[in-house]
Amino acid sequence: MLELIDVKKTFNAGTINEKKALNGVSIKLDEGDFVTIIGGNGAGKSTTLNAVAGVWPIDSGAIIINGKNVAGLPEHKRAAFIGRVFQDPMTGTAATMEIQENLALAKRRGNPRGLSWGIKRAEREEYHELLKMLDLGLEDRMTSKVGLLSGGQRQALTLLMATLKKPDILLLDEHTAALDPKTAAKVLELSDKIIEENHLTAMMVTHNMSAAIKHGNRLIMMNGGHIIYDVKGEEKKNLTVDMLLEKFEEASGMALSNDRMLLSKHNDM
Amino acid sequence: MNLLAILQSELTQFGNALPGVISQGLIWGIMAIGVYITYKILDFPDLTVDGSIGTGGAVALMLILNGVPVWIALIAAFAAGCLAGLVTGLLNTLLGIPGILAGILTQIALYSVNLAILGSANKSISVDKFPLLLSSRRVAVSGGFAVFGWEVGKCVLIVAVLTAVLYWFFGTEYGFTIRATGCNSNMARAQGINTKKSTVIALVLSNGLVGLSGGLLAQYQGFADVNMGRGAIVIGLAAVIIGEVLGSAIMGKRFNFVARLAFTATGGIIYYLVLQIVMQIGLDSTYNKLFSAIVVVIFLAVPYIRNAAKTSYGRAAKNAASRAIGKGDSEDA
Ligand SMILES: Nc1ncnc2c1ncn2[C@@H]1O[C@H](COP(=O)(O)OP(=O)(O)OP(=O)(O)O)[C@@H](O)[C@H]1O
Ligand SMILES: [Mg+2]
Repeated sequence: MLELIDVKKTFNAGTINEKKALNGVSIKLDEGDFVTIIGGNGAGKSTTLNAVAGVWPIDSGAIIINGKNVAGLPEHKRAAFIGRVFQDPMTGTAATMEIQENLALAKRRGNPRGLSWGIKRAEREEYHELLKMLDLGLEDRMTSKVGLLSGGQRQALTLLMATLKKPDILLLDEHTAALDPKTAAKVLELSDKIIEENHLTAMMVTHNMSAAIKHGNRLIMMNGGHIIYDVKGEEKKNLTVDMLLEKFEEASGMALSNDRMLLSKHNDM
Repeated sequence: MNLLAILQSELTQFGNALPGVISQGLIWGIMAIGVYITYKILDFPDLTVDGSIGTGGAVALMLILNGVPVWIALIAAFAAGCLAGLVTGLLNTLLGIPGILAGILTQIALYSVNLAILGSANKSISVDKFPLLLSSRRVAVSGGFAVFGWEVGKCVLIVAVLTAVLYWFFGTEYGFTIRATGCNSNMARAQGINTKKSTVIALVLSNGLVGLSGGLLAQYQGFADVNMGRGAIVIGLAAVIIGEVLGSAIMGKRFNFVARLAFTATGGIIYYLVLQIVMQIGLDSTYNKLFSAIVVVIFLAVPYIRNAAKTSYGRAAKNAASRAIGKGDSEDA
C-alpha cells in the first residue's frame, strides 16, 4: 500500500538553520494498516506525513503508493491517492465556500476538472446523507459558509472530505489537538469508524499516548528523524503508557521530557 | 440670480451629465469586475490592470483605425489583456516573484508596449468615421432619449452578459478551483488542485476583462493614450469596495455572487456619480486621482474604524481604570 524507503529530508541545507528532519525513514504499511505515530516535539512526525503528501520534494529515498513511486509527483497530483486532515481546523476547508461546495471539491480529488457544474443536484442528496452520519446537524446547513462552523465541526467535515473519495492513504496529523477533550474524543471516534468502515490505510500522529495505544493496529515511535520503535498486533494491544515511556528512554537514551506527552499520560481517552 | 435658479441650473447640468456618468461608470465597472476576480476571489493584489487597460484600449483603437470590425477589435483587446495577465501569472508562479511586484513589473513593461502599439503617446478616433460601439458624443441628452438611452443600454447589456458568463464560470468545477485557491491554497492542493495553474487562469481572465473595458473606454472617449490606465486599480478598488458596502447594506444575507458582480459594476457608477458631484461643486479635474485615492481610503477605513470603535484598547483601558479606582493602592501596599 504505502512504503517509505530510506527517506531523507534536510531543511535549509547549507545554512546555519540547517535541520536534518528525516534521517532515513523506512516503513512498509500493509493494506488496512492503521498506524499511530508518537514522538517528542521535532521528532519528524509531521515531516514524515508531509513527505508522503508531497508538500515539498524529499532529498532522497522512495515513496511508493500502490506500487508506484510517487516521489516525483507534486502535492496536487499526489492528492489523488491521499486524504489529509490537519492539526489546525482552518487548514482543511475553504472558509468562504459553502459546506456542500467544500464536499464537491473533495469529491473531485484526483479527477480532472472541467467546465461542468462544480456541484450537481444528485450530489446534494448524497452529501445530505453523509452529513447526517456525522450527527452534528450539518445536513441542514449545507449552504452555510464553512467559516461559520466550530473547530470540531470543521474537523469532522474535513475528515468526511478526506475520505469522500476513498484515499489509498489517510494522513491525520494531530487532527484532534486543537479541540476540547470531549469534541476531540468524538472526532477520534468518528475517525475510527470511517477508517474501519472503508477499510482505509491510515497514519495518525498524536501526542496522546493512550490514544495511540487504543487506536489502530500498529504503533511507531519517532525520534530525531528516525523510527525508533515499531509494534503491531497483540504486542501493541498489550502496551501501556509506562512501557512506551520506558521504550522511549531505552531507544533514545534520554527521558521523554515532553510536557504534552507526560500530561497525556494521565489523560485517558 | 436667486438660489432656486442656481439650484435648477445645477440640477439640469447634473441631469445632462447622468447618461455619461452611467456609461462611463459601467465601462469602469467591467474593469472593476476584473479587479474583483483577483482582489476578492483570488486574494491577489494585482497591479497589472494599470497597464492592461491601456493595452486593451490601444489594441482596440489601432485595429478599428485599420478597418477591423469593432467586435473583432474588442475580442483582441480582451486577448491582449489576457496575455498581460498571463505574464504576471507566470512571473509569480514560475519565477516566484511576489504578486504585487509581479503586477508592477508587468504594468511598467506594458507602458512601453502600449506606446509601441499606439506609435505615439496618444491617438484619437472619430465616431463620425468609424462604426464605434460606444461614444460619449452620443450620450448627450440633447440627442434625445432614443439615442443616449440606447448608448447606456448597450453598457448595461454588456455588463449583464459578462455577469451571466462569470456566474456560470465560477459555478463550474474550474471556477471552484479558483475560489478554493483564493480562499485556502493548502486545502486546494490537498484536494488535488494545481494552485499555480488556477492562479494564472484567474489573472488571465481578470486582465482579459480589464483589456476589454480598455477597448470600450477608448471608443467611448474617442482616444487612447499611454496614461489612460494610470490609477485604474484605485478606481477599480473603489468600485469593488463601494459595491460591497452598498450591496451588503441593501441585500444583507441574500448578497450572493451575481449580486456581488452587479454591485461591483454599480460601484463604478456611484464612483463617477460622486466624482461628477464634487466636480460640479468646484473640484478641479487636476485632483481626480487624489479624489479617487481618498474615496478608497474612506471606504476601506470606515468599516475598520467602526469595528475598532466597538473594541479598542483605549476603551478597554478606560473600563479597566474605572474598575481599578481605589483598589490599586491598597493592594499594592
Ligand atoms: N518547512 C520546514 N522548514 C524548516 N524546518 C522544518 C520544516 N518543517 C519541519 N521543520 C523542522 O523539522 C523538524 C521536525 O519537525 P516536525 O514538524 O516533523 O516535528 P513533529 O514530530 O511533528 O513535532 P511536533 O510534535 O512538535 O509537531 C523540526 O526541527 C522542525 O523545526
Ligand atoms: Mg507535528
